[in-house]
Order: sequence, then C-alpha cells, then structure tokens
Amino acid sequence: MNNTVFKFNPENIERINKEIQKYPLKQPAVMATLYIAQEQNGYISNEVIKEVATLLEMTSEEVLGVVTFYTMYYQKPMGKNHIQVCTNVSCMLRGGYDIWNQVKEKLGIDNMGVTGDQKFSLEEVECMGSCGTAPMLAVNEDYYENLTKDKVEKIINSLKNKN
Amino acid sequence: MEKIVLPDIEDIHILNVYVQNGGFTAAKKAFAQSTDDIIDQVKKSGLRGRGGAAFSAGLKWSFMPKSTDKPKYLCINGDESEPGSFKDRQVFECNPHQLIEGILITAYAIGAKVAYIYIRGEYHKWIKLMQKALDDAYAAGYVGEAMKQKFGTEFFCDIYIHKGAGAYICGEESSLMNSIEGKRGYPRVKPPFPAQNGLWGCPTTINNVETIANVPPIINKGWEWFSKIGEPKHPGTILFGVSGHINKPGVYELPSGTLLTDIIYNYAGGVPGNKKILCVIPGGSSMPPLRGDQLEGVKMDAESLKTVGSAIGTGGIIVMDEDTDLVTVLARISHFYHHESCGQCTPCREGTGWLEKILKRILAGNGSVSDIDLLITVANQIEGNTICALGEAAAWPVRFMVTRFRDYFEARVSKEVNLQVANKVHSMRHTEFPLAEVKN
Repeated sequence: MNNTVFKFNPENIERINKEIQKYPLKQPAVMATLYIAQEQNGYISNEVIKEVATLLEMTSEEVLGVVTFYTMYYQKPMGKNHIQVCTNVSCMLRGGYDIWNQVKEKLGIDNMGVTGDQKFSLEEVECMGSCGTAPMLAVNEDYYENLTKDKVEKIINSLKNKN
Repeated sequence: MEKIVLPDIEDIHILNVYVQNGGFTAAKKAFAQSTDDIIDQVKKSGLRGRGGAAFSAGLKWSFMPKSTDKPKYLCINGDESEPGSFKDRQVFECNPHQLIEGILITAYAIGAKVAYIYIRGEYHKWIKLMQKALDDAYAAGYVGEAMKQKFGTEFFCDIYIHKGAGAYICGEESSLMNSIEGKRGYPRVKPPFPAQNGLWGCPTTINNVETIANVPPIINKGWEWFSKIGEPKHPGTILFGVSGHINKPGVYELPSGTLLTDIIYNYAGGVPGNKKILCVIPGGSSMPPLRGDQLEGVKMDAESLKTVGSAIGTGGIIVMDEDTDLVTVLARISHFYHHESCGQCTPCREGTGWLEKILKRILAGNGSVSDIDLLITVANQIEGNTICALGEAAAWPVRFMVTRFRDYFEARVSKEVNLQVANKVHSMRHTEFPLAEVKN
C-alpha cells in the first residue's frame, strides 16, 4: 500500500487552493490540507506526506512534524465509524469510564484498535468540550451527549446495522 | 437580569434577526471614532480577558505598535480545550454575529486587516455553524472589502476560520500562532510578546471568543454601563460552565462576583441526592481546587477568587460530591497534562509524567506517606520553570489538591516511609538550594 502514489483529486485541489488563499504563505494551509487528505485517503500515509509537502512547498519532515504533533491525524487506517469516548474529569464524574468500558466490550477492541471488518475504531479522547452534557462520545464528526448505557447500545447497534 | 454575550433573543444566530436587534450598529459607531477612542473606552470599561489570565483587553490592544510597515493580525482563541470549559461553543452556536461584530471593532482598533478564529478541531459542528454565519455576513457585505460601502469607511477586514487538530496546548497564545503558521504547536519564549513579534513576525493580538463578544455592547451602551455590572475590578457578565455532580449542568451567564454557592445551588440546581460537596474546581481543571467547606461567601471573579487561593480561569466550575474519589480525579487530571505537554521543556515533559506515575501508584494502593511530599516537590519543580503556563496548569491542581486535602491523601497511603523514595525527595530538595542562590 505504501508504494501507491497519492494524488489529490481535482475537487480537493480546488479546496486546498481556497485554504491557501486565507494566508500570506502556503505552509499555514497544511492543517486543512491534511484533513482533506485524510478524508480522501482514509489516513495519512508517507505518500500523502510527500504530496502535501510538494504542494505546499514544505519539506516532508515539516509535514510529518505537524502530523505527529496533533492527535486528529491518523497514520494508520481507522474504522469507518471512529468512536471517540471522553473520559476526562467532567465526563468521568458522570460515568465516562462506564461508557468507555461498555463500548470497549461491545466492539471487542481497545484504545486505537480497529475491528476486523474495518467498520469501527475506538479512541479514548481528552476533553471534547461537552462537560455540560456529559458523558459523551463522538462518532466521526458527530457528538452524542447526555449518554446512558441504553443510548450507547442503540447508537452502536444502529451503526452496526447500517450497510 | 441582563445577558450580554448570550441574550435571550430567539434565533439571534441568524443574521437578519441579529441586525433587527441592533446588530452591527456598534461597528458603525466605532468606525466613526478614532482607534484611540475605541481602545480607551474598552480600557475604561474594565473588560478583562475571559480565556484564563483575566488581563485587561483594552490594555492588551494598546500594546500594538501605532506606526509599523508590517501587517497586523488579530487571532481569536476558540481552542477551548480546558477540561470543564464549554462556553465558547455556545457563542459559536447561539450568537456568532456578535462575535463577528466584535472582531470587526477590535481589528479596527488595533489596525488589523486580517483576523483568524482558531477553533478546536473536534468542534466540527461549531466550525460549520461559525462558517455559515461568516458566509452570511460576507454575502451581506458586513465583512471583507464590501464593508467599506456598507459602513461608509475606508477600513475593511477579512475573517477566516483556522481549524485546530486536537492539541490542548494550542490554546496558549504563542502555540496558537505557531499552529496557524502550519507548524507544530510549540509555545514560544516571551519576550518578544505577540504585539511586537506575533504571526509571521508581525504585530498580533490574541483574544478569547467570549472577550471579543463583549465588545459590541460596550461600544453601543458605553463603558460606564459595562463597568457597573458585577464586581468593579472584573466587571461584566461571565459565562460559567457548571459540570460534574450537579443537577442542571450547563452554561450560565451571570454577573461577575456572583456567589459560587448561588451558582451551584440556585442556578444549577444543587448536587444530586442532596449530597455534600467535597471539592469544587472553580475555573477549569488547571485552577486550584477548593474544599467543600471553603465555598461559603466565595465570589466568582478574578480578584475575589485570588483572595481565597484560586483563580477564575475559564469559569468552568467542576463540582464533586462527598463520594468522589479525589485520588482518581487527580490522577486523571495529571494524565491529561502529561498527555498534553508539548515536550519542549524538561521540567514539564518529565515532571507531568512523574506526577501521573506517583498518583497511579497511590491509586493502586502502593503509595507511602513520602509520596505526598514527592508530589509537591515535583509540582514545585515544574512551576515557573517552563516556557508556557502548561507547567503551572499541571502543577497547581496537584499542589493545591494535595495540600488542601492532605488528610484525605494521607489516609490513602501507607504510614511507613518508603526510604528509597524519601531519599530521592531529600536529594531533590537539596539541589534546590544552590539553584535558588544562583537565581538571586
């Protein structure tokens, strides 16, 4: 997989150019570009890093530095439904760890694990800013808040049944 | 009671509704005055930063150089990653146009032509909501070059959203700037301060979302009006986020100086099961925690909290009832700061890890009484020895929780002194003395 050359599709090139226009230089667009790359490729591979570096006139090392600094870029393929459970203080006080253990058991994977069918991956995350609606989890970009065990059961079952 | 940042007006997040309710009149008023006048009014209003440090907003703006051939920048800090804080997302969701108007006025006052709103990456939904509001404002000519015509002024400003990617440290202002520049979010050594040497080496001002959302009402209703709300030394309303063991968690906009007990029992409905309160963190997880018996009469504003040995931080109030295991809580907080330490400074990179390890040892039942002193020693050696305030953020909860709940922690460890650890503590203390002399 590592040898396949990565190229942005024309649509995404246009999106990246729009991002570049926000800044006086090209490099600041790297964070947005990496998001777009992750969307297209599923994760940030070495090929992606090379392509992003060429596009934004950076070195591959600089791009890699950004990828490894921030937690929202993944260097391996994650599941179609990336489940993020917050266990930080405010969630913990309201049962965040119960939710975390429940999801772990239900999916049979641990932190940063991916299910065999690539449908789910799991991540224990730090505070997501949902302290007032704790406990919470996020599936990809969507927050699910004020969770109960029943709700979690329903969320995961409905995701399991989807295609 | 008057709400300034999150008014009770239905659909105020829609541009037309905002305009019908006097939206963008403050900007018009501001553009007709000199920039010095605007800065002066905000200074006199007493508006202080809502992001943690509670620094005077007007004073911060006045640090921007008047004559420079470099472009100037404004950054709005919406990274909001401090555990217990969830207020800025309310502004993005419920009143984004007031934030936009505040940005325009601030940019005018400091002479910035470009402003970046830095929003944490996890806030996908709120980034979309804010972008929608921004697109609407652009389309209607309130932002960008079209605003020249709209407001009949020479000044114009572009506003862009920069999406973060899950690093807590990017809420620190110099780290935030590095992040916008497309680099690893390492905090920078100060001085030089951002007003001299900020984004791309240009003069830059960084303000919190809530701070800037306060600006339009100050311009519209006058600084005298604002300065009379709440506590005179920290006037205005504050968005208090209440979470943890509480019946009605959520964000409450209340005048500064509101009693902490009032917020917990009257507004947020008290503790479930009428349990007693063991501990409250008044301003987000990095602020010194207060004991349950310290809460009586505590006012929620920067100066009053200082006198009781805590700080206002982001106004994120975390309530813990009498059945809470404080060792678990502190170990979780320490895990967080260990995880989020950027690794630049050795005291923080290593110290946060040791704090976590020692706390996990106590949690596992293997702690001894010397561990308690060791925690404080390690915390003291982080504090003040790092480039940015994450060092303090990691050290404070440990130092203050262990000191204020010493009995509680002592009850959780073996009375026998672990000699190996004790010797280590002793030798670490010993090294402090010659260093202290060098500093003087």
